[in-house]
Amino acid sequence: MNRVKRQIAPYLLVLPGGLWLLLFFAIPMVTMLSLSLQQGDVVNGYVFTGHWQTYVDALSNYESQLVRSLIYGVVSTVILIVLAFPVAYWIAFYGGKRKSTYLFLLLLPFFVSFVLRTISWRQILTDDGPVLHPLKALGLLPENVHILGTAPAVIAGLVYNFLPFMVLPVYVALERIDPRVVEAARDLYADPATAFRRVILPLSLPGVFAGVLMTFVPVSSDYVNSAVLGSSSTTMIGQVIQAQYLANSDYPTASALSFVLMAVLLIGVFAYARALGTEDVMKVAAR
Amino acid sequence: MTAQTLQRPSTAEPAPAAKPRRKVTGRGVMHAYTWVIIAWLALPIFVMIAFGFNNPKGRYNQTWDGFTFKWYGQLFALSELTSALFISLVIAVISMFVSGALGTGIGYALGRYHFRGSGSLNLIMFATMSSPELVMGASLLTLFVSLGVGLGVVTITIAHVMFSISFVAAVVRARVMTLDRSIEEAAADLGANAWTTFWKITFPILLPAIFSGMLLAFALSIDDFVVTNFTAGTTVTFPLWIWGATRVGLPPQVNVMGTLIFAAGVLIAVVSNIRSRRGSRKQD
Repeated sequence: MNRVKRQIAPYLLVLPGGLWLLLFFAIPMVTMLSLSLQQGDVVNGYVFTGHWQTYVDALSNYESQLVRSLIYGVVSTVILIVLAFPVAYWIAFYGGKRKSTYLFLLLLPFFVSFVLRTISWRQILTDDGPVLHPLKALGLLPENVHILGTAPAVIAGLVYNFLPFMVLPVYVALERIDPRVVEAARDLYADPATAFRRVILPLSLPGVFAGVLMTFVPVSSDYVNSAVLGSSSTTMIGQVIQAQYLANSDYPTASALSFVLMAVLLIGVFAYARALGTEDVMKVAAR
Repeated sequence: MTAQTLQRPSTAEPAPAAKPRRKVTGRGVMHAYTWVIIAWLALPIFVMIAFGFNNPKGRYNQTWDGFTFKWYGQLFALSELTSALFISLVIAVISMFVSGALGTGIGYALGRYHFRGSGSLNLIMFATMSSPELVMGASLLTLFVSLGVGLGVVTITIAHVMFSISFVAAVVRARVMTLDRSIEEAAADLGANAWTTFWKITFPILLPAIFSGMLLAFALSIDDFVVTNFTAGTTVTFPLWIWGATRVGLPPQVNVMGTLIFAAGVLIAVVSNIRSRRGSRKQD
């Protein structure tokens, strides 16, 4: 009796949550895939026709936005790694007793709504705002200089919003490095640069990988930053998908675009995992 | 040579203060740099707080026109904003408890038992945590549309629970895995049955992890914009209201509410941190 109980216990525990994830995560993905191959409209309903043309049309119409999103995603992720690494490094090796205080300070933005933070940046960077107005008044900048509406403004917003997601995993990886390993390298006559390159950097890679995983996907599919800080020349694929769903109610096109976006991002992440030699993505992510 | 020893990253202790005027080291630069990054991250928060005290002349709360406390007095003057905040709070609390319960079940099972299907469960959890929010929201919208379900508070809550479960489960699983089994065995040796052992021993040990998972779920829910935008229909939550109001100009009340939420969040984090430190000291 007890043996049977022990055997079914995990299933009973998992059942409600697992069902929830199945019903509201896995099945919607299937309905979305199916909807992308249907034809019709909201009023008259949709019929499954296996209409692949939707994909062809959607891709040719929105290719530039898709490519732009991926470029923004890659550029932002590279900037994130460069900006985050020294911070994570310093806190991990020199933070001392105040490590958790520093981490807490880095997480402060999370106590303010994501939308509100991004709008705050618009207030700061606007043409008559506290940055541009004084510089223009002093004649240091010509009147026609704008920050808002440009690609750098959008990328800066993306980097700002996702920086903590890069610092934390890199920090965790660096924090785990046994100082004795670095000392051993130094005892074997590695200079600081070599010790960094041959010991610390390889050991930090799983953290960088986790950081990329946590930032590249949400950055590439973001539409808040581009909508708030950008212009029509910075439109990202997320804005297109959102507009197709919520404004135009063109569900097949929007579903096809969502699917393409997810497929491209997943392929990118797995290719990156391969390139790093990280065979088991799950293992890294599970840490 | 001395400069090299100073830079050794392994030495945790600062070098002896032999030279009062130290030259610029990589370490010092990184320290300053860390503070620059922290300041950069905090800048919009200060702007938000400051503009809650602004007294704008027009409808745009963009330029500084003088100091006032009046928005704190008129905090609930905009009924739509107040009800949006209320709806957000209700959804966050429900989502916190439901995903807390469901996520704890999954996390406990994954941390404690080996069972068929645990691999695919891990995979689906990983997928929910790494899929673009946009795609999750969009696919839920297609499900609700094809089922003919009306969008509103219920569909938002369903969505929030969905993306929170995996985070709660991950936090609880990590705690279950590091659990010292000998404590439970001691309880069993003293005659407690499995049920008593669980509720008297295991559950109280897991409780802090469950709490932090639930807090995470609350935070994810109350701040969520993307998924909510797809599953809300005509219902307006706090982030959605802010989003809609940006075009016509944000009223200072939004800054005040943001400031109060920020203050409450920081307070809760600091207090729980102090309490958990005290707790761990007691255990020693």
